[in-house]
Amino acid sequence: MSTKAKEILAITIIVIFCLIFYIRKVNGGEGILFSSLVAWLVIGAMVLSLVWILILTIRGRLISRRVVFIYVGIALALPLFMPFTQRIPISPEVRALYNSVETLKPGSKVLISFDFDPPSAPELQPMAESFIRLCFERDLKVIIMGLWPQGPQQANMALEKVLSDEKMKVKNLQYGEDYVNLGFQTGNEFVIQRMGSSFESMFPTDYRGTAYDSLPLVRNVKNFSNIDYSFNLSAGFPGSVEWVQIAVDRYGVQLGLGNTAVQAPQMYTYLNAGQITGILGGMNGGAEFEFLCKYKGKATKFMLSQSFAHMIVIAFIIIGNVAFFLGGRKSALKKS
Amino acid sequence: MKRGVPLIITFVVGTVLIFSVFIPPMENLGENFTLFFDIIAVFAFFLGGGNLLRVHLTKLTRRKRDWEYSIVTIVGFFFMLACGLFKIGNPGDISASLTAEGSWFQTIYDNVFVPLGSTMYALLAFFVASASYRAFRAKNREATILLIAAFIILLGRTPLGTFVTGWIPDSFSVLQIPNLAIWIMNSPNLAGQRAIMIGIGLGVVSMSLRLILGIERTYLGGEDK
Repeated sequence: MSTKAKEILAITIIVIFCLIFYIRKVNGGEGILFSSLVAWLVIGAMVLSLVWILILTIRGRLISRRVVFIYVGIALALPLFMPFTQRIPISPEVRALYNSVETLKPGSKVLISFDFDPPSAPELQPMAESFIRLCFERDLKVIIMGLWPQGPQQANMALEKVLSDEKMKVKNLQYGEDYVNLGFQTGNEFVIQRMGSSFESMFPTDYRGTAYDSLPLVRNVKNFSNIDYSFNLSAGFPGSVEWVQIAVDRYGVQLGLGNTAVQAPQMYTYLNAGQITGILGGMNGGAEFEFLCKYKGKATKFMLSQSFAHMIVIAFIIIGNVAFFLGGRKSALKKS
Repeated sequence: MKRGVPLIITFVVGTVLIFSVFIPPMENLGENFTLFFDIIAVFAFFLGGGNLLRVHLTKLTRRKRDWEYSIVTIVGFFFMLACGLFKIGNPGDISASLTAEGSWFQTIYDNVFVPLGSTMYALLAFFVASASYRAFRAKNREATILLIAAFIILLGRTPLGTFVTGWIPDSFSVLQIPNLAIWIMNSPNLAGQRAIMIGIGLGVVSMSLRLILGIERTYLGGEDK
């Protein structure tokens, strides 16, 4: 079979699967869930096939990268149908962030900056949802803004999801009084700098075009001194670094961060220096936060997939190194 | 004149912005100067859009490799621009919210842009796995240290890491893989990150001074005379 034909076959299989799941979803069908036995059999089959690949590698037959792709795809998709749950140990930085929100008095004003776009949403959107949910549960007032153009739209999606929950409907939360979306403002870090003296100068109207003065929640919010806590969801520039350097260092804002896994290691420097109260790093951080909030969202759901994918990557690193050392040894033997 | 004016502007703006941080009465002046950033950013939007069109129209007219995708880019660009600017397909009149329920702009955002963006990011998982397999080798001492660190971090974030070293007694809990992963993140990673940040900070200070004082002139374009 030619490579082109294999690719077409793979795409066809994926499309068929997607169609089946979509039709089931549209028809209100329940999600597919393997029994424990089937799940263990699937895991066993995967482990055996990886051992087989290792044996092939030792024999000198290297696999193509397409095989790696297939394994990653399977490792990401299959756990969604498995009945297992993963134990999520809580890291100190996530607990610290949760505690800092817990200590806020009802009615406190929380500023959330959505500095990310759809590509980073799988990691950051679950954090956004659980954080907003926690704020509403604790009767905190939420002010949303974005330094990225798509940020406020992501915020709307998160708000829509949270507000559709029955527990939230009971609270009868009102736009303009309990939460507000100020929208996007261009200017990167200069927006934060100018918010230090006047929020209104940066956001004369909210996302819907309502004048700043007409919104009861923010009418008396002049600058950062009227904000009790800030949370920044960031996937790059402008984002967490700018918030720390300007809002925290210059205006003394209490800040918590939610970052992509790629960005999080850089932020630990600020955590240990006491410049931020806590950090949610990647999907793992999101899942830990959901656990603390006693809410099972997408981060918890996808953690198993991420863990499986990590294990596949570990397996292929081992296989790759076995191939490398055996290849090196063979070439050394040839030389001798 | 051609070089003198930009040099004077750079000197004045740079000096004012530095002093505005340290001298409170000048704070407002510094903030007013940052308004220029917004004005320049507006031109950057036009430049960005214009550049995107130029690149893809050239590709299209010259039938360069994968020119078909340029059609998608150009059509998508103009369609979203029209939906956003003229509110085509928007329920209500021109004053209605762009992201109102059922508006074309929001529908395309939710059903095309969001899934496509997520898909692009998700592809990283496949490439990272493939790159790890092909390139993450213990070729020398440095690569071996990197490999071991990555291995511990990856293992520490999976149930397998807890399972493998869960038997280690609490008195030696630092040797458990999840704890080792935390230690790597909090100690060696932190030291490295701080070194990089301090280095970048010093570099930025020195480059800024060179720009303000007119020693560095490459940003003016042409040869450094």
